[in-house]
Amino acid sequence: MKQISVKVGLASCGVAAGAMEVYNAIKEYKEHAEGLDLKQTACIGMCFEEPIVELDGGAQGKLSLGKVDPAGIIDIIEAYRRGELTQANVILADEIEGSRNSLLEGQTRIVLRNCGVIDPKSIDDYIAKGGYLALQKALSMKPEDIVNVITESGLRGRGGAGFTTGKKWSLAAEAEGKKKYVVCNADEGDPGAFMDRSTLEGDPHNVIEGMIIGAYAMGADEGYIYCRAEYPMAINHLKLAIARAEERGFLGHKILGTDFNFELHIKEGAGAFVCGEETALMQSIEGKRGMPTIRPPYPARCGLWGCPTNINNVETWANISWIINHGAQEFRKIGTDKSPGTKVFALAGKIAGSGLIEVPMGITLRDIIYNVGGGMKTEKPFKAVQMGGPSGGCIPASLLDTTVDYDSINATGAIMGSGGMVVMDEGTCMVDVARFFLNFTQNESCGKCTFCRIGTKRMLEILTRITEGKGEPEDIERLEELASNIIKGSLCGLGQTAPNPVLTTLRYFKDEYLAHIEEKRCPAGVCTALIRYEIIEDKCIGCTACARKCPVSCISGAVKQPHFIDQEKCIHCGACYKACKFNAIRKG
Amino acid sequence: MDKDFTQLDAIIGQYRGRPGILIPLLQEAQQIQGYLSKDVMRHIARETGIAASDIYGVATFYSMFKLKPQGRHIIRICKGTACHVSDADSIKDALVSALKLKAGDDTTDDMNFTLMEVACLGCCSLAPVIMIDDTTYGKLSPEAIPAILERYAFVEEQ
Repeated sequence: MKQISVKVGLASCGVAAGAMEVYNAIKEYKEHAEGLDLKQTACIGMCFEEPIVELDGGAQGKLSLGKVDPAGIIDIIEAYRRGELTQANVILADEIEGSRNSLLEGQTRIVLRNCGVIDPKSIDDYIAKGGYLALQKALSMKPEDIVNVITESGLRGRGGAGFTTGKKWSLAAEAEGKKKYVVCNADEGDPGAFMDRSTLEGDPHNVIEGMIIGAYAMGADEGYIYCRAEYPMAINHLKLAIARAEERGFLGHKILGTDFNFELHIKEGAGAFVCGEETALMQSIEGKRGMPTIRPPYPARCGLWGCPTNINNVETWANISWIINHGAQEFRKIGTDKSPGTKVFALAGKIAGSGLIEVPMGITLRDIIYNVGGGMKTEKPFKAVQMGGPSGGCIPASLLDTTVDYDSINATGAIMGSGGMVVMDEGTCMVDVARFFLNFTQNESCGKCTFCRIGTKRMLEILTRITEGKGEPEDIERLEELASNIIKGSLCGLGQTAPNPVLTTLRYFKDEYLAHIEEKRCPAGVCTALIRYEIIEDKCIGCTACARKCPVSCISGAVKQPHFIDQEKCIHCGACYKACKFNAIRKG
Repeated sequence: MDKDFTQLDAIIGQYRGRPGILIPLLQEAQQIQGYLSKDVMRHIARETGIAASDIYGVATFYSMFKLKPQGRHIIRICKGTACHVSDADSIKDALVSALKLKAGDDTTDDMNFTLMEVACLGCCSLAPVIMIDDTTYGKLSPEAIPAILERYAFVEEQ
């Protein structure tokens, strides 16, 4: 029988959607079936279609199936073998029509080129895709020439702020010191962002190769990957990758026969968002409380244990091997003049194609959401896209033609950030979103700077009272004043950007704030305290279902007679609304 | 049991004399009892020479470290942006009422469950999401919660 290969996506998102059960079902089937090669891979990025299975080697060519059910997968494999697979469930295909083919067409994959393609646990898979060739090439170059290539490529730090990577490298390379470190910041903490998790789970060797090249270019002999402990699979794959790379002589002593030595460790974070800030991250590696320190001195001169240290984020490191292999000029052909290359985004929220995408810089937000992302998930219209997490802001529909590059996104008041993109529809309350982010930064403020520690608390209190219908007309001015002082009075990026979600929503959605404050109304119908429930007399048949569910017994009325809600006593819980089977309760 | 530090001493032995060890040391130490008791922190201070105040400072700074006994099963409720806009609050309410947690408490009286909020589990396409121990449950509704919790109660009875 003809050999076919079956690949199951087993990244965190796949496993959470039940991919392990699918994998086990195929494994069991394989025991008494011939000619079947079962492999695993990570995430192709289409989280909304998980669990995903790829079939190859049959007459119908290579294709991927989405939302695979463990009970049905064996029938699918057998149909594929006979060349009779129908197109239901086929999301990606080379030869026949795949329902999601178009989603990949708008993408350019550098960082994610191997994700969902290779088995991340196999160094041979990575090498077969050209892995570690860039390292061999780099080791034949002079360190300063490598720094020059990175500088010429125009690569900017993908962690959010967009500092030129080549500049950062040359500072660390020029710094004096017997001992130098390179660090990979994998403390991905923005809620709604999972680019680094996917990259580390799907292609750990690519990040490691980038770090080895960087260490050689800057003269470092030791490195750390600081990874969130909430990402057990990423840590697991990294540990395995480091061990394999050491066995093959890519890491450790006298790398590939040269005099270059490099040792790489993993440090697990312990749960503190502020540790994504580079000075706090170094404190944490040293075993201390992760509190940011004043810059200068910059880490490039005085970092880990007082030694020159270079810190880049996962995605930045993941670009390096490609740039070394293809050259700076090829990299510059992608993206825009000031922001060359690609950017990985995690699409989430009310978007049809939630998952991970990699697009060339310079693409418009509209293109990302409506083409690459497949449009809105619900029938409600688009309202805003949140970029940059708690440090970023909400971009409204009127600015959807903004191009994605560091400078254009900054001009909207949001930031590029690490790549979280949460799409919101008309059912999302923007005051509530601002309160949500402030609650997050308030919790995560390390407490060092007074304005960040107390200022965010005061802002949160004001936002909370606005969502509870207790807002005062002066509150908007108070928020703006506090925001400006927090930006000025905070040491690190966390505090300096904490007010952004409030400032951008105030800028683009002031009407909503005013509706909450002046009319005591939440236009999106989210803020519980402001929702009013009323019984529509004509529709109520007097079944008493609502009255029986009401926890405060504020619904009165005789059986078979229209009921009535006592607004004074109502706690706006919505139990009656859910209980009514006759659409006789109005929510507004 | 508190005073038997054999297991803890073995962990300390592995880390002794290396720089930047405190966080990984505490992470491993916490695995013995599921939390860091004052006795454990004092013992680490005595054995490593790290000031007890520094150890307490680190243990209270990072959300991973627990200073109170934890339930047998840890329920992590995701409060990421995608979960928030998918009404994660209603999932939390359903959990609190199913677990009969009193205001301010995070652990059930029978020590079977501890409920905690986490910033983001990174499975945004499955929002709203919770994680019980190592298993992720996605696309939840408040109505689905009691049945999920029952699986863990059943295991206990066995």
